[in-house]
Amino acid sequence: MPQSSEYTRRIAGLCLLAGKIMIENGAETYRVEDTMTRIARAYGLPRSHSFVTPTGIIFTIEGAEGEGADSFTSLSRITNRATDLQKVMEVNAISRRIGAGELSADDAYRLLKETESGGKGYPAWLKTAAAAVASGCFLIMFGGSWNDFVPAMAAGGAGYLALICASGRIAIKLFAEFVASFAVGLLACLFVLAGWGRELDSIVIGSVMPLVPGVLITNAVRDLMAGHFVSGLSKGAEALLTAFAIGAGIAIVLALRGGVAL
Amino acid sequence: MTAFVQLLTSFVASAAFGLLFNVPRRHLAPAGAAGMIGWMIYYGLQQADANPVLATWLASLAVSLASQWLARRLKAPITVYNVSGIVPLVPGGVAYAAMRNVVQNHYDLAVQQAFQAFTLSGAIAFGLVLSEVIHLSFRKIKA
Repeated sequence: MPQSSEYTRRIAGLCLLAGKIMIENGAETYRVEDTMTRIARAYGLPRSHSFVTPTGIIFTIEGAEGEGADSFTSLSRITNRATDLQKVMEVNAISRRIGAGELSADDAYRLLKETESGGKGYPAWLKTAAAAVASGCFLIMFGGSWNDFVPAMAAGGAGYLALICASGRIAIKLFAEFVASFAVGLLACLFVLAGWGRELDSIVIGSVMPLVPGVLITNAVRDLMAGHFVSGLSKGAEALLTAFAIGAGIAIVLALRGGVAL
Repeated sequence: MTAFVQLLTSFVASAAFGLLFNVPRRHLAPAGAAGMIGWMIYYGLQQADANPVLATWLASLAVSLASQWLARRLKAPITVYNVSGIVPLVPGGVAYAAMRNVVQNHYDLAVQQAFQAFTLSGAIAFGLVLSEVIHLSFRKIKA
């Protein structure tokens, strides 16, 4: 069936929107490419090519005559990346419904727009509380004593809160992680100095865990495995730099303390 | 008793981690379970004085296999489950020790520990890879 170039353009826009939401919220590269190709195929455009990296998506749909003048290419730049697996799941569900032929292109576009502008998921206080609980639990898992449970919770919660506040205000990547881990280190030091916590090392290790870029680490490995080397390497670099930023925040606190072991 | 506490804390920590990544409420408990399975294996091997690299590798393999099963059962992307299970295995303690030694000018120790952290990360990655291989060959046999 011959498709007008206007139709091709619309479907390409739809595919790009879906891919953009997924990559911005922490999906693996293969899932993004797969989703875009599936959506295009479901709307009668079986030949499409995508090139997905964490900083941009290039997507081409070939027209009915193959690689001719009626093929359409467009690019979407990705500037903000966060981790919101709920949105990835929603786009996944929408793409499944498109594949089953349940959605028209207009409805799909509307649903994707709703997902894109949708809420930020759990409220900040709940995330902070979760980070606090996780910090305490990690302390116990890593062999800390229950005496340090509450200090670790406080330091971890405060660190995550600092991460949320800083990432909203500072445009420089990785600086928020630095600020957050600095806050964790500082609080842990104060707690130990005040005699409220006992082992500085355990408290810091436990409380810093909520800052670990877990999604980046696993996605970097999965991307490399699937042969998406550009994405895999850049996600790996981002994860490594995040780890360095966390380390630097703690290192400065330790250095300020005189760098001496207690 | 200690083992029970470890199970409980690893479940809670993994589920809480899922919450940080906006995993929908319905999937938090499965994510916690995946993390608990991984930590159970890691902790058990650690108690048996196994090599930490081996323990991390097998734990990461267990987390990913459990996550694959959950992803198929509950029709969700695998990321939802394996991320929160992988995080406890990240060698935070070793990396911390390495950095502390850098601050104290003990570079010889720091390099050793940094390399250990690097090896442990490699073990996590290899666990993820192997689970994928197992998953793919299993699917081929079934098909």
